[in-house]
Amino acid sequence: MTLEILAVDDSRTMRDMIRLALIPAGFTVHTADDGIHGIEVLNELDPDAIITDINMPRMDGFGFIDAVRTQDKHRATPILVLTTEAAPELKARARTAGATGWIVKPFDPAKLIKALQLVAG
Amino acid sequence: MANPIDPMAEIKASFFVECEELLEALQDGLQTLYEGAEDSETINVVFRAVHSIKGGAGAFGLEALVRFAHRFETALDEIRAGRMVPDQNGLKLFFQCADHLSDLVRASRESTPLPSDDTARLLSALDELLGDTAPEGQDDEEEIDFQPAMLSLDLDLGADEVLNETNIVQIPRYLIQFSPIAELFASGNEPFHMLRALDEMGTARVTCHLDRLPRLSEMSAEQAYLYWTIELQTQVDVAEIAAAFEFVEGLCSLSIEKLDTPDEIAALPNNTNTPIPTLPQPSGSDQISKEITPVLADEDEPQTIKSAPAQVSLVSENRPEPTKSAAAAAVSVVRVDLDRIERLVNLVGELVINQAMLSQSLEQSGLSPHSDAMNGLEEFQRLTRDIQDSVMMIRAQPVKSLFQRMSRIIRESSALLGKDVRLHTEGEGTEVDKTVIERLADPLTHMIRNAVDHGLESTANRVAAGKPEQGLVKLTAAHRSGRVIIEVSDDGGGINRPKVMQIAIEKGLIPAETALSDSEIDNLLFLPGFSTASVVSDLSGRGVGMDVVRTAIQALGGRITISSTPGAGTTFSISLPLTLAVLDGMVVQVANETLVLPLNVVIETLTLSSKDVEMVRPGTHVVRVRSGFVPLFDLGKELGYRPAVTDFEGSVVLLIAHDDESSAALIIDSIQDQRQVVIKGLDDSFYRAPGIAAATILGDGQIALILDPSDIITNATATRSPGLGTSLSGLSA
Repeated sequence: MTLEILAVDDSRTMRDMIRLALIPAGFTVHTADDGIHGIEVLNELDPDAIITDINMPRMDGFGFIDAVRTQDKHRATPILVLTTEAAPELKARARTAGATGWIVKPFDPAKLIKALQLVAG
Repeated sequence: MANPIDPMAEIKASFFVECEELLEALQDGLQTLYEGAEDSETINVVFRAVHSIKGGAGAFGLEALVRFAHRFETALDEIRAGRMVPDQNGLKLFFQCADHLSDLVRASRESTPLPSDDTARLLSALDELLGDTAPEGQDDEEEIDFQPAMLSLDLDLGADEVLNETNIVQIPRYLIQFSPIAELFASGNEPFHMLRALDEMGTARVTCHLDRLPRLSEMSAEQAYLYWTIELQTQVDVAEIAAAFEFVEGLCSLSIEKLDTPDEIAALPNNTNTPIPTLPQPSGSDQISKEITPVLADEDEPQTIKSAPAQVSLVSENRPEPTKSAAAAAVSVVRVDLDRIERLVNLVGELVINQAMLSQSLEQSGLSPHSDAMNGLEEFQRLTRDIQDSVMMIRAQPVKSLFQRMSRIIRESSALLGKDVRLHTEGEGTEVDKTVIERLADPLTHMIRNAVDHGLESTANRVAAGKPEQGLVKLTAAHRSGRVIIEVSDDGGGINRPKVMQIAIEKGLIPAETALSDSEIDNLLFLPGFSTASVVSDLSGRGVGMDVVRTAIQALGGRITISSTPGAGTTFSISLPLTLAVLDGMVVQVANETLVLPLNVVIETLTLSSKDVEMVRPGTHVVRVRSGFVPLFDLGKELGYRPAVTDFEGSVVLLIAHDDESSAALIIDSIQDQRQVVIKGLDDSFYRAPGIAAATILGDGQIALILDPSDIITNATATRSPGLGTSLSGLSA
């Protein structure tokens, strides 16, 4: 099954790496530059899962997750948070905001794919 | 550059490009902070820049970069969190860290040795700055989740399991009890995916328990009623099984129990159809569940944090764009390899030549100027010009990045010399051809260093002269009449002319008794051999004479001039062509040679009358132009095509402007045309001939030299009055 993913990250390098990790594995990857851009994309798209960075301009990851969860059609869309910190409180905060899971950067493509399969099948 | 078949290398190259942008944003942000602004978004931008560099560097295993960025980021986080307010010295340290980060990025990109001395010094300075506010301190280094990656493109997810050396016969079995709470579903998790993940680890037998299901009328969609028992036969270890439940820690009760006796294994199939009546308590105390202790131990904590994200989004929606748009705007950008643009530029050059040839042959064919062909040709010319302008625009870049590098030079050299110096920049948005920007870095660096070192007085002398302690160096860029003017000025003591004279005489550059005007004395700085230190080849090194700077500027088709007011400061002005590829030229004929002069230096054209020409001394003439006299040169003679013209009556002359606003007149035979020409650089195998800038191909296929009239005049003047630059150029009646 081809999963459709939205990756939200202000770093082009990171977006490229996500694409590079996922596209060969058969995923369809859309990207957005920050939270606000991500919300705009979500108005058009209905991805199977969302990957988001935390530190972003305009609207950060927490704000983005919050905004996604207020939309009925995305209430249960799995959201993975990309974080460079393995700090437990960050995970907790992401969880509280409504994140489904997290990936610690730098990520291993296999792990990313596993995590996506874990939340989105 | 990046190997096109290696996507990782391409991303890496793109990462370094991104780093440049991030470093620029970092510099901008720090500058804004330094100037006293304290809005939180600027601090965020600064933090994010370092954070993103760290993130990318981690992905490529650039350990030194990650470590430094991490510590830098930690310090910035203290400010972001409001735990520390940096003073000016703190910000200066951050500038140094930013510079060092930039060095580390460059070293990583070029795989050159890392500047490690600074790392330790800056890190301990950061530690000192943070003092006891730093929450983690020493163990920071260990905390970095450093994991050089890793994009292996052949993703073989099953490899781990296969390689496990467990005996196939004795595949361990686990009993997993999994009971989600309602919040698990609210977080977007779905047990189905987890169960399937377990199934993929080996052989899973899943039992779903329905006994908690209420009657349909009592059922709430927000509640969790189902729970599961899974028997899993697998070679993966407990940690990996637990990983399937990683995201739901705290959102379920879970136990994973290894069933290790063969008897149990044998017995299991019989049990599977029997629902397990009671679930282990959430705090189930078997040894395995300890490994997956819920992260959210404290139930209150999430509640307090909950409001934070909402605030964040509210703030960011209402916040106006920062005035210094340090925040990365979502501009739509395409990245193109420079080689492709070069190719396009060359092709457009060919197109221009081709169009000129076509024009010429159509004109010669005797067609009516109102014929369709001629009208079409006109349209074609216009389009060619538009295409050319557009292509040139692709190559144009704002000088901002260049100016930012100079602010670093200021910081470094002022620290070295113990002077307090402020850099003021103007016109950062001025766009210049990329090649010009790159080749300007070295000469500009040298000029900035000169300004700090020689231009500005010592602090004590400044105070004595009644000036502010802090010296000012101004760096400005502007477009002026088709050229780019870049100026470096300081508010120092100005050029010490008696001393310059003395040095020039001591070094034998000018005869002892020469009387020179102020401007001529200033120009002595550009003479080869004037520099007091021994000349080294590295331009950015110390002790390089201004003559090297001038040569570098001239190689760009530019000119440099100097002006100085004693006690008030010195200004160096560089005038550059907008592009190195195309030129608006005047095509002239001299002694049967066709030559091209840049149109922008030609102020006007005149026809001479003998009575307007005066002889100053044999071989040296001036021509009266309105109220003043202008030195007169015969282009044919200066280029060695013919002996000097003696009868001036009816000669055509071009009035040429110098950058210092003086002018000179050049005698030519006739003006042929005014057109755009494509600049073709002369091969290195030609010696640099004075006055010859480049060559071009004209419409009829003929090759013509492009002249640098200023250079010709300077040379001509020098031969007439030895040892001297432009003695006649300032002459007026």
